[in-house]
Parts: sequence; structure tokens; C-alpha cells
Amino acid sequence: MITKFHLFRRTRELEQKIDSFFDKLSETSVIYRLAIRTYLKDGYNEEFQTRLERVRALETEADHLRRDIEKQLYSNTLIPDARGDVLGLIETVDQLLSQFEGSLWAFAIEKPDIPKAYRVGFRKLTTMVVKAADELGLSGRAFFRNPHDVPAYNHKVMLYEKEADVLSTSLKQAIFDSDLDLARKLHLREFVEQIDEVADMAEDVADRLAIYAIKRLV
Amino acid sequence: MDPLVLVFLTSGLFLGWALGANDAANVFGTAVGTRMVKWRTAAIICSVFIVLGALISGAGASHTLGKLGTISALPGAFMTALSAAIAVYTMTKSGLPVSTSQAIVGAIIGWNLFSSNPTDGATLTKILSTWIICPLLSGCIAVVLFKAFKLISRRAKMHMIVGDAYMRVALLLVGAFGAYSLGANNIANVVGVFIPAQPFPDIVMGTWRFSSTQQLFLLGGLAISLGVFTYSKGVMMTVGGNLGRLSPTAAFITVLSHSIVLFIFASRGLESWLAGHGLPTIPLVPVSSSQAVVGAIVGISILQGATGIQWSVLGKIVTGWVVTPFAAGLICFIGLFFLQNVFGLTVA
Repeated sequence: MITKFHLFRRTRELEQKIDSFFDKLSETSVIYRLAIRTYLKDGYNEEFQTRLERVRALETEADHLRRDIEKQLYSNTLIPDARGDVLGLIETVDQLLSQFEGSLWAFAIEKPDIPKAYRVGFRKLTTMVVKAADELGLSGRAFFRNPHDVPAYNHKVMLYEKEADVLSTSLKQAIFDSDLDLARKLHLREFVEQIDEVADMAEDVADRLAIYAIKRLV
Repeated sequence: MDPLVLVFLTSGLFLGWALGANDAANVFGTAVGTRMVKWRTAAIICSVFIVLGALISGAGASHTLGKLGTISALPGAFMTALSAAIAVYTMTKSGLPVSTSQAIVGAIIGWNLFSSNPTDGATLTKILSTWIICPLLSGCIAVVLFKAFKLISRRAKMHMIVGDAYMRVALLLVGAFGAYSLGANNIANVVGVFIPAQPFPDIVMGTWRFSSTQQLFLLGGLAISLGVFTYSKGVMMTVGGNLGRLSPTAAFITVLSHSIVLFIFASRGLESWLAGHGLPTIPLVPVSSSQAVVGAIVGISILQGATGIQWSVLGKIVTGWVVTPFAAGLICFIGLFFLQNVFGLTVA
């Protein structure tokens, strides 16, 4: 009875850690969007710094959780048939969190000067990639509780990723059609791609998730 | 008690050991092989419940086996069990799937032929029909249970990690049930042929009476348990590896279907309940644990589109079903000839 109680206590802990890991993703995407908005509105300032610090802290917390989850899955030989898939999922989502953080660090270090004409485009692109990441979070949570729902969330991830591609392409076209000098054009393109990469990575994780979910349903 | 009794019983105990070594893997193989359950935990639960099943519910299937051929002389029973054990051992060594139930039935018929004892046609038909019904029934039960489980789990929306914890407990419970059913159904194979000879005196302590048959069941159960503890680990790991493509859910359903089938072919309680309600009864016959497992796996595979079935393996299994009783019968016949004519023992 003690063993059984112990088994379920550990199980609940791990369940909470996995939920908490996905909370980090949704929280990061919200703060990322606010940070970019702040930057587009007021440039690099204290508010942006605070948001960057928060994203950095969230990424570190997610790292700790990932290690804990991996350790617990292996040391307690849990979910033997799906362990590899869960670890793959957690690791790729962690990379997505790193991409959020890396993108904000690029803003903080390089402080790009974004002309007013492109700020709406940047804002729309950011909103779209954040939506893709949010849907991925829901898909990841569904994978653990109801894998039948994964395709529906993945479908939305794909839609937002495609839309982000359209937005980033038109934004880059507008930048390169402008009179800005080439160095500035290249600099701005780099930031468009940095933001768009979030949606691309979300799509990659969703592709993996689709396979993991099918394996669970068979 | 004549010390020779123990010598004669060794063949049955050897058969019991072989059964424990091989068939415990049908109950706990996947759970242990996939490390969902620790081997030591599985071995302890398996042993305890096999002995309980043998003691509490072992009489039904033994009774049917007794009707096929009542071997009243201990040397005859010794050779019958020994030839079944040799058939099981040889077939296992040749890599052919084997059933102790079929081996013992073949050996009893060998004894009947040697001793000119008529084989009860009705009982034989009953036993033969269950060999076909057993895997079919197991397959059908597995299909129904699998569908029901999928439906329930979809509605429950349980977290994968929580589901895994419940699955571990479920595998232990169903393993205990499987071990109980195995003991109840298959103890007849191990010591059934010795029952008519009544080798032990009854032990009476006040109102409590421990009959010769119960003592045989306990001894047989312990022999099976010994097989579980001394030899099943490797077999379990192999079964776990071979059935690696089975998900824990499919493994759970397979063991549950196997256990239900073995239980209904051993339960006197169920038989009297069915008879009491005017329903047709299920014959109490020792059936093959391995065949029940194969039936369940094939059932689930067909449900999933039959992509996982290796037909050549299935063909090999069917060959084993046919060869086993004939081989055991032939060995028994030859062995009895030697016992009677070379050693001068009374075998019938």
C-alpha cells in the first residue's frame, strides 16, 4: 500500500512537472509578444529589459523541468513505450523556448532601427508566430491527455505557420523594395527571419507530435 | 508412505517445473520484459497465486482429465507425466511452441492404448473441441475488451503518466488473476494423472482435512512456482522482447483475455451458476495458456488491420498443436512397454 501510494505521489509530481513545462511555453509566448510590441513602440528600454529577463528566467526554469522530467522518466522506467517520444517532444519544445529567448537577445544586443513603415508588419508577424506556438502548446498538452485532439491543434499550427510565412515574405519584399541601404535591409531581414523561425520550429515540433500521437492511438 | 511414491512423482513435478518456467511468461512476460513490473515482484505474485489457484479451483479440470483415463498404478502415472514432460522439453528445445495440456492428453491416450483401456470418446471430443475454442474465445474476448478499453480511455482523458501508473497496477492485478487461473486450469496437467492412485494419506487435524488430492495440488503448485523462480526470468525477457511491438494496453488485454479463458475452463463456481440458470455449461478442461495468449494477440492484430500477424509463425504454432499430443502419446506407449517388460512394474 505504501509502495502504491508512493507510486501515485511520484506520478502526480511528474504530471505537474509536464503541465508546468507547457505553462512555460504559453507564458513565454505571451511575454515575447509583449516584448516585441514594447520594442516596436518605444525601442530598447527598461520595460523590454524586464520582459527579456522574464523570458530568460522562464527558459532556465523550463530547462530544469526538462532535466527533472527526463531523469524521472528514466530512473523510474516510466512509460516504456512512449518515453523516447516524450523526451523528443520536451527537448524540441525546449529548443523553441530557446529560440524565443535568442530572438529577444538579438533585439537587445543589435538594437535594430525598425522604420515606422514596417512596424505593423513586424507586429502582425509576431502575433502570428505566437499563435502558432500557443496552438503547439495545446497540441502538446493534448498528446498527454487526449491524443485524438492532436491533429486538430496541429492543423492550426500549420495554418498559422503558413500565414507567418506569407507575412514574413511580404515584409522582406517591402524592406528590399525600399530605399534603405543594403546593410540595413540585411539587418532587418535577419530580424524578420528570427521571428519567423519561431513558427517554423513550432511546425517542426507539430510534425513530430503528429507521429507520436498516431503511435499512441494504434 | 512408500518412498518410491516420491520417485514416481518426480516426473509430474518436472512437468510442473517446465510449466512454471514457460507459462509464467504468458502471464507476466510483457510486463516484466518491458520493465513495467519488476521480475521479483512478478515471480512472487505468480507463485503465490498459482498455488492458490491450484488448491482452490484445481479440481474441475483434473476431474475431466481423470475421465479420459484413470491411471490407478503409480508407475503408469509416472510414465504418463514423464512422456508429457519429455515431449514438452523436446519441442521447446526444437523451438516449437508447446502446450503441456496437449502433451498430457496425448500421453494419457498413449497409456489407454497400451493398457487396452477404452478412451472415452465424449470426453476426448470435449477436450479436442476446447483446444480450438480456447484460442478463438480468447481472440473474441480480446477484441471486445480492447474496443471497450479504447472507448473508455478516450472518454476518461487520463494523463499519459497517470495512465502508466494505473497500467502498472492493472498488470499486477491481471497477472495475479492470470497466475490463479493458470494454477486452477493447468494443475491437472501436472498432478492430475496421480490423483486416482491417491499416493498420500489424508491429513486430519480436528475438523480440518487435507486430502491426498489437495496435497498433490500443493506439491504441483510448488513445483510450478519453483519453475517460475528458477527459470522464468530469461523466458519472460524473451517474451517481452518478442512481443515488444505490443503496447502496454494490448499486453494488458492479452493477459486479461488469457486469464478469463483459463478461468472459465476451470471454474466449478461458474459451471454451477450457468447450470443453475439453465444455461449451457462450459467444459472444465485443461487448456493451453500459450494458445490463449496467441489467440488474444491474433484477435487484437486483426482488429488493427492484421498487419502485425506473422503467418509463418502462426503456421509453426498450429504444427506444434498437432505434433505435441502424438509425440507424447508415442513416447508414453514406448516408455510403458519398457517399464512393464524391462523393469517388471505394473503400469495399469
